Amino acid sequence: MMQVKELNFHYKGSPEVLKDVSFDIEPGKFLAILGNNGVGKSTLLKCFNRILKPDSGEVLLGGENLLNMSGREVARRVAFVSQSVPDTQLTVHDVVMLGRRPYMQWGFTEEDHTIVHDAMHRLDVEDMRGRFLNQLSGGEKQKVMLARALAQQPKVLLLDEPTSALDIQNQHQVLRLVRDICHKDGITAIMVIHDLNLALQFCDRFLLMKDGEVYRYGDHSVLDSDALASVYGVKAKVLELENRRIVLVEEDGV
Amino acid sequence: MNSVPSSLEHKEIDQAYRKNQVRSISFLAVLTGVLLVAVLLSLRAGSYETPMGELLKAIFGMSSDRKINLVVQNNRLPRILTAILAGGGLGLAGCVLQAVLRNPLASASTLGVSQGASFGAAFAIVVLGLGNTAGLGISACAFAGSIAVALVILALSRFRQVSPEGIVLAGVAISSMFTGATTLIQYFANEVELSTLVFWTFGDLGATGWNDLGGMGIVVAVLIAYCYFHRWDYNALLSGEETAISLGIHVKGLTLVSMLLCCLCSSVVISCVGLISFIGLVAPHIVRMAVGNNHVYLIPGSILGGATLLLLGDLFARTVISPVILPIGAITSFLGGPLFLYLLFKGGKKQ
Repeated sequence: MMQVKELNFHYKGSPEVLKDVSFDIEPGKFLAILGNNGVGKSTLLKCFNRILKPDSGEVLLGGENLLNMSGREVARRVAFVSQSVPDTQLTVHDVVMLGRRPYMQWGFTEEDHTIVHDAMHRLDVEDMRGRFLNQLSGGEKQKVMLARALAQQPKVLLLDEPTSALDIQNQHQVLRLVRDICHKDGITAIMVIHDLNLALQFCDRFLLMKDGEVYRYGDHSVLDSDALASVYGVKAKVLELENRRIVLVEEDGV
Repeated sequence: MNSVPSSLEHKEIDQAYRKNQVRSISFLAVLTGVLLVAVLLSLRAGSYETPMGELLKAIFGMSSDRKINLVVQNNRLPRILTAILAGGGLGLAGCVLQAVLRNPLASASTLGVSQGASFGAAFAIVVLGLGNTAGLGISACAFAGSIAVALVILALSRFRQVSPEGIVLAGVAISSMFTGATTLIQYFANEVELSTLVFWTFGDLGATGWNDLGGMGIVVAVLIAYCYFHRWDYNALLSGEETAISLGIHVKGLTLVSMLLCCLCSSVVISCVGLISFIGLVAPHIVRMAVGNNHVYLIPGSILGGATLLLLGDLFARTVISPVILPIGAITSFLGGPLFLYLLFKGGKKQ
């Protein structure tokens, strides 16, 4: 169980971005953090594993406060996949190996290699392991990043707009992989995403943010016309179609 | 989800990766070989025609000819070790600065550390009149000058939170400031002082004694130990600062200590042997083309590459119009420039 309690954060010289953000999430759930640009979604995500240091509050994982741990200890529990993947001349294998960095003493052990092998196999990037990262397509790169995150053997997986640079096929493929990891391994996944329909299709918890605060939190029922109007300022309907929910913004809805 | 690859497929996949590893390791082995050949050639180059066997014996003072023992032990061997330590140190400092500042142009000379040393030397020779004190005063002032620049750069990155890109730009500004200040000092220098200063900026690998070598050896060894221990942290930094933090790396601490050690190493090298530019910039780039960006190979490669380049440069400087010894600083810049351009355009075409 991950519990976020009264998290506050402000950037130097700016007003507060996050105001008393609190919520709980069970293992094996896939959470989407939603809201307008600049509302503090990515900031919130980065506070969970101390890329940013919150002013106050707690992030408890199994009762332990992540904010009191060393960077290494946090990295053994929480993995992070960022929006952009820089072009580097590191092989896929070396990039996934980085996931074992939080466990490394003087060098990598046989166990580290086995875990890396498994992670690459799981994400289907094994046959590119000798290739450099800058030779891969956007979708392939994002899968490599997921394999690296998996090699960290995390309890929580944070994703900052992981699909924003991908085509529709890769968007679905990547999110399906995340959902599988989440459900099968009991890992909590928390994702910042803009596409409401993708979120509705793959996630099972939704956190709507407005003005740095939690506006609504819960299952898909929190995403209704009222919430969309209030959070995004758009007139929209949530339709049910073939057992799925779809957000439809009305023609004169903006 | 995915079908398990058959053992045959598995083998092929592994082979592709192994090929990469083998290529990196072979490149390092070849580089070591070239360095050894360069050492032997350097040992031989000089006015005495001596058989190789005698020269090797002379390293341990066991040659039958006392004169050869003396020449090798007091002259050629210290010169070779100086080139190896200075070149290796500058190469590694360049590699690590490029990693932590995330800029391919970072090196001691582009950050202004070298220019700080020149200013220190000019100050010592012209203002303090230390031109004839056997180089010790000049070295001390050059060291002070380069350390001063290093501290300004460190302070900028630590307290003003300047971005890595900003640091390199600040380096350009600091370089030009110190170059200007050095020129002003030169303007007021007399002829003797001016020639002493010019000779200092030429760079000289032959002026280091065993004491200087000891000092340089310690600093280079500390830098190597620290950087190799953090080789995977530099790899993580390639994926960006946020990802590196999420992997449990203390990015600010790593950047600060790495820069401190690199600047210290460059300062010590420059104060011992004078201005030697381009080695720190070029060596890591050459190695990167062969082994990629994995610091597991890039760090030893940059050390070997820097040492080899400087030793070959010195060999060229000593033999091309022997017995005249050309200034090594000028040779590395003169040959390093075109080499860098070649790499730049060759690399550009590939991408």
